[in-house]
Amino acid sequence: MADAARRNDGPVDDLGAPLGDAGSRTSGADGEDAGPGRPGPGAGRVSRTVLAAADIARIVSRMAHQILEKTSGGADVVLLGIPTRGVPLAARLAARIHDVEGVAVPTGSLDPTMYRDDLRLRAVRPLRVTDIPDGGVDGRVVILVDDVLYSGRTVRAALDALAEYGRPRAVQLAVLVDRGHRELPIRADYVGKNMPTSRRESVAVRLTETDGADAVLIVSPDGPAAPAAGAGR
Amino acid sequence: MNRHLLSTADLRREDALLVLDTAEQMARLSDRAVKKLPTLRGRTVVNLFFEDSTRTRTSFELAAKRLSADVINFSAKGSSVSKGESLKDTALTLEAMGADAVVCRHPASGAPHRLAGWVRGSVLNAGDGTHEHPTQALLDAFTIRRRLGRLDGLAVTIVGDVLHSRVARSNVWLLHTLGVKVTLVAPPTLVPHGVSAWPVDVSYDLDAVLPASDVVMMLRVQQERMSAAFFPTEREYSRRYGLDADRAATLPEHALVMHPGPMVRGMEISSEVADSARSTVVEQVANGVSVRMACLYLLLGGAYERDEREVTR
Amino acid sequence: MTSGQVPGPAEAWLLRAVRPLGGERADLLLAGGRIARTGAAGTLDATETGAQVLDADGLYALPGFVDLHTHLREPGREDAETVESGTRAAALGGYTTVFAMANTHPVADTAGVVEQVWRLGRDAGHCEVRPVGAVTEGLAGKRLAELGAMATSAAAVRVFSDDGHCVADALLMRRALEYVKAFDGVIAQHAEEPRLTEGAQMNEGTCSARLGMAGWPAVAEEAIIARDALLAGHVGSRLHVCHVSTAGSVEIIRWAKSKGWRVTAEVTPHHLLLTDELAATYDPVYKVNPPLRTAEDVEALRAGLADGTIDAVATDHAPHAPQDKETEWSAARPGMLGLQTALSIVIDTMVTTGLLDWAGVAERMALAPARIGGLPDVPVDVRSSMGVGAAATLTLVDPEARWVVDPARFASRSRNSPYRGMTMPGQVHATFLAGRPTVLDGKIV
Repeated sequence: MADAARRNDGPVDDLGAPLGDAGSRTSGADGEDAGPGRPGPGAGRVSRTVLAAADIARIVSRMAHQILEKTSGGADVVLLGIPTRGVPLAARLAARIHDVEGVAVPTGSLDPTMYRDDLRLRAVRPLRVTDIPDGGVDGRVVILVDDVLYSGRTVRAALDALAEYGRPRAVQLAVLVDRGHRELPIRADYVGKNMPTSRRESVAVRLTETDGADAVLIVSPDGPAAPAAGAGR
Repeated sequence: MNRHLLSTADLRREDALLVLDTAEQMARLSDRAVKKLPTLRGRTVVNLFFEDSTRTRTSFELAAKRLSADVINFSAKGSSVSKGESLKDTALTLEAMGADAVVCRHPASGAPHRLAGWVRGSVLNAGDGTHEHPTQALLDAFTIRRRLGRLDGLAVTIVGDVLHSRVARSNVWLLHTLGVKVTLVAPPTLVPHGVSAWPVDVSYDLDAVLPASDVVMMLRVQQERMSAAFFPTEREYSRRYGLDADRAATLPEHALVMHPGPMVRGMEISSEVADSARSTVVEQVANGVSVRMACLYLLLGGAYERDEREVTR
Repeated sequence: MTSGQVPGPAEAWLLRAVRPLGGERADLLLAGGRIARTGAAGTLDATETGAQVLDADGLYALPGFVDLHTHLREPGREDAETVESGTRAAALGGYTTVFAMANTHPVADTAGVVEQVWRLGRDAGHCEVRPVGAVTEGLAGKRLAELGAMATSAAAVRVFSDDGHCVADALLMRRALEYVKAFDGVIAQHAEEPRLTEGAQMNEGTCSARLGMAGWPAVAEEAIIARDALLAGHVGSRLHVCHVSTAGSVEIIRWAKSKGWRVTAEVTPHHLLLTDELAATYDPVYKVNPPLRTAEDVEALRAGLADGTIDAVATDHAPHAPQDKETEWSAARPGMLGLQTALSIVIDTMVTTGLLDWAGVAERMALAPARIGGLPDVPVDVRSSMGVGAAATLTLVDPEARWVVDPARFASRSRNSPYRGMTMPGQVHATFLAGRPTVLDGKIV
């Protein structure tokens, strides 16, 4: 099977992790990727902090302003976070929007797991919460929020999942980090930080709500690239 | 998760909770207008039923279809099975059809265990003889947790023909694993010899147990038991072990009344109780679909392992 | 090899440096069907008698084993076993006589059927076949079969059993016990109270409760043994209890023997080794009747065999065709292969545990069953079975051998061995039947 077809959109969830794993999020570090593999704490990996807590706060604030600008003051907007870390990001954006404009934007979560095209490539994934706010999505501007945009497959699955809940007037995408390497014709409407990476690296987003502190790290493999192994199982 | 779902006795606590949590998400999806999910597209689920059970078969069928699996109903009646084909030959036939999962209901205890040794797909026990009925216990636990908000520390009383009940066995192991204190109440003739090794209390006195029960789960008394001298008469059984309104009134305010169905109204449960607000009988049916969706998803929703497996022939 | 049990007068074997009953090395000269001479190891000369020499250094000599309880399945289920294949398995297991159970199709309840089985055994020539006659017509438990006709037939039946079924009717059992006194017969009872075991699948206890299988309670065996022992005592007849499986049964038999009643008993190798926990696999290779019991029962059976309460080991060798075992548990037929693994299991459970010495093995596997079965010419004691003049009916065992059970390599037509893959101690090297080898170097002659 072609490598690309097996690759995952890293930042979806704790891929392959045991239930309740609260470890750091990394993109492209899911054990299927020919590159970094799952990052153990320090084991053979070098990580460097690329965004600190203050950077993240500024970025979220800017993204909130951009959303207000682009949606004419947030009218009809619904923010849907993609679990796990898209959900607190959506909540932060909503809070900033409220601070700035005094608008209460409906916020919820959308788990695309059951719509993924790569379910069979790894052990079964636990389902996350889908919580569509009262009022639904019909005729609204739905903004999907995720932490890292990578292959684009998660967003594709999320678009399918969203369609089951109604027909939004428009769907937009907001991501904290865009690390490139798209495998589908998908782009983000709001990007916190463009972060060029190699496929062998992974991006770890940590948020206070899920990980105890805010940070974005790039994790690089220490030695030469691991051979392009299969599904690591 | 194990590859198969054969028994709740070998279900670890985290696996059981994963099923319940997954079922919770499935139940939320079942509330929306579009109930169908694409998750198991291209997968084949065979309902292999050697006993009539429209309820259980329909529940599994609906669960599989909501996940977009292809469903084949293979019932013993009218098939080559009724012409004397062995379970093994049936298994090899299903294997040749490429079944990814076999949902098996069989009158012989352990038949799904045997099947699991002959097919590469996952086997889900949908009730085997007097052994187990794991998805029923999971949906019972799910129903209790939804209604009462928790399982840990609850007191559940299971009443009736424990000796022949696969529902009772599956519930005993599962509820124990989930931290529930289980009490069995039955006439001594319907308590298994060897029950002393079970993690339960046994009582012959329903009235003594009800006031301290958070849940009372009534089991069906099958017709053939009534003629086999397990108890003198239906009337006597009903007087001593039936749940009528007077008895139900001694339950705590919040307590639930459950029944796996089909009920024998008037015998083990009065209509008044069966239709009361305490009763979860109808919810149990709806929850059954969510729980079976969860089981199918957790067994079939991951890596496709058929080719890696060894099959003993 | 053709028919005829009597070896040619010229056939003579010198067993060089064999250890009779595991004792000191000695030379045994077998001639004329008997042990003709004995001497210190290396002292007997083969040339003077023209005997063939078998270097038996490292082998133990035991009297040929006798199995009181073998299912040869012929006539009727030749797909599972024949007299030929079953007796081949017997010889390879060290047996020189097997008692063939009566539950064939047709049932061995007439002189005609028992003579047929006896002749098939004689023609096969691997070991003696002594047919067991049914107690009741068609094993139906209603009317006595023609016990006298079977006793006076060419098969000379002395053991009668409805094995597979219990002679449950107390009056019929009393009559049977009384009737066979006329020809010193014995009733071998399959002790199973039928009402208490309706639909039973396995031992009733904690395992059956968990596995949801109908239980076969110990009391269903013990109640019949107690009743039959009292009957045997009352009428002064011989009772033999088949396949004793519970601790309670051992106690009852011990009590019956203490009364001086003529009660004997057998235990199977599988009841000495396996327990009901194996049913958790739902693999019917572990389904047997009476069922596998608990570890406590196993302990009591071993102790009973050691102290003589249980007289004999009997295999209850029960071959079944694959379609009768590769099914769900409740649809499977009960029974296990036993002939080629019996000795190893006795070594494992009784000898290595120190419960029996090799003379004890000889007593429990050869002499006691021979006496119970009414065989002629039974040595008065174990020692004399190795002395000059004793029948040259011997089993040579390599006690140090280790082998892995592969049912596909068994002589039986069936494969239903619960010991598949287990490593077994001790192996039969050679078997001699009245001076003639039936097995040499672990292979059929």
